[in-house]
Amino acid sequence: MPALIEIQGLHQSFGAVQVLHGIDLAVHPGEVVVVIGPSGSGKSTLLRCINLLEPYQGGVVRVDGRKVERGPGLARVRAEVGMVFQSFNLFPHLSALDNVALGPLRVLRTPRKAAQARAQALLDKVGLREHTHKFPAQLSGGQQQRVAIARALAMEPKVILFDEPTSALDPEMVGEVLDVMQSLAKTGVTMVIVTHEMGFARRVADRVIFMEAGRIVEQGAPEPFFGAPREARTQAFLQAILSH
Amino acid sequence: MSLTETFFNWSVFVGALPALLEGLWITILLGAVSIVAGMLSGLVMALARLYAPAPLRLLARVYVDVMRSIPLLVLLVLVYYALPFVGIRLSSFVSAALAITLVSCAYTAEIFRAGIEAIPRGQFEAADALGLGFFSSMRYVVLPQALRIVVPPLTSNCINVLKDTALASVVAMPDLLKQATQAQALAANPTPLIGAALLYLLLLLPLVRLVSFFETGHRKATLS
Repeated sequence: MPALIEIQGLHQSFGAVQVLHGIDLAVHPGEVVVVIGPSGSGKSTLLRCINLLEPYQGGVVRVDGRKVERGPGLARVRAEVGMVFQSFNLFPHLSALDNVALGPLRVLRTPRKAAQARAQALLDKVGLREHTHKFPAQLSGGQQQRVAIARALAMEPKVILFDEPTSALDPEMVGEVLDVMQSLAKTGVTMVIVTHEMGFARRVADRVIFMEAGRIVEQGAPEPFFGAPREARTQAFLQAILSH
Repeated sequence: MSLTETFFNWSVFVGALPALLEGLWITILLGAVSIVAGMLSGLVMALARLYAPAPLRLLARVYVDVMRSIPLLVLLVLVYYALPFVGIRLSSFVSAALAITLVSCAYTAEIFRAGIEAIPRGQFEAADALGLGFFSSMRYVVLPQALRIVVPPLTSNCINVLKDTALASVVAMPDLLKQATQAQALAANPTPLIGAALLYLLLLLPLVRLVSFFETGHRKATLS
């Protein structure tokens, strides 16, 4: 099966600081890939390079065979790649329903009635049936992030990128967001997830990737990865994270 | 002659009132045309200043700086008295509307720019990630939020534009001030000037109150 996301030799730097040192990665349809690693390891940058929210200096990213690059085709590729941000980034002037319906309405040109019906259905699915007409400021963090997930789903993307989706949440709201993501994973949605939630990674991932200092250090299925990591740096990281 | 008869002469006032109201109407018309044209062009100018290709961006910046530096009266005199030498003859209304709009465009451009720049990066990124193009991002995501922020300074600018219309009397525009000075000369009495001043206040004081209202209202809205 051809890869859905194909990354080759990705180099990225902020000024003099090199963030990514030649990343190669392929994500296959239906796969759930979880990227972990210490802060500053470049995992969020890697994610943001996939839909070119972050410019990079070398290498190629392909989504569904199409090169992701500046130009008139970029918006179309981005429409096929959903994104969920750490800080939700909901549109504060729109209700939950309109947040979810905006993309289909203005990008996919779905008729208003159909776009809203679908938005309603997706909000039901993430457990927000009662909150469709509330504005983001009236919702809790966990609710906002679930709206953001519905917003990404509304575009029927080929893959959804999650950039530390629970890092900005109060602890008691982390579970509700992870639950939604877990049930998504079960439906066969392709997902690339940057997170610090190791339990979630272990339960949900098809493949775990450990990054450090802009390189992929180790990757594998969750059981061997968490059970018996091969690399010393992976062992040290897991030790530090799981022991606290 | 008593003070009241000099400055608040009822019969002079009643005699001048029709002319004053005519002038007030022209002032409002000139103000409205300049405000609408200034806002629309200011929005385009702000977008050019922020997002156009480099040469255009520079041009927009130069334009904004020049128009904010030149005294409106000087610009108005140039448009009305200098342009005819190159064969461009504009009526006093068009001259005044043009000069005021050119300057108002620069100020509103700065206001819109500040409003757009106040929108968090994450909003642009969320719009980009959805695949909204530049104009859709602006129209459905950025500008609705930016507009809300800039309502107070924008209203404040409208007040300035309305006040600046008084300069049009210099180019023989029969606006409120011009009507008043003419009536004053005719009656040899300053009452029409007092009347004009009162009419300006009547027009502008509510707007000034409105700005304060927006400012406190907005503060409450952002706090919630």
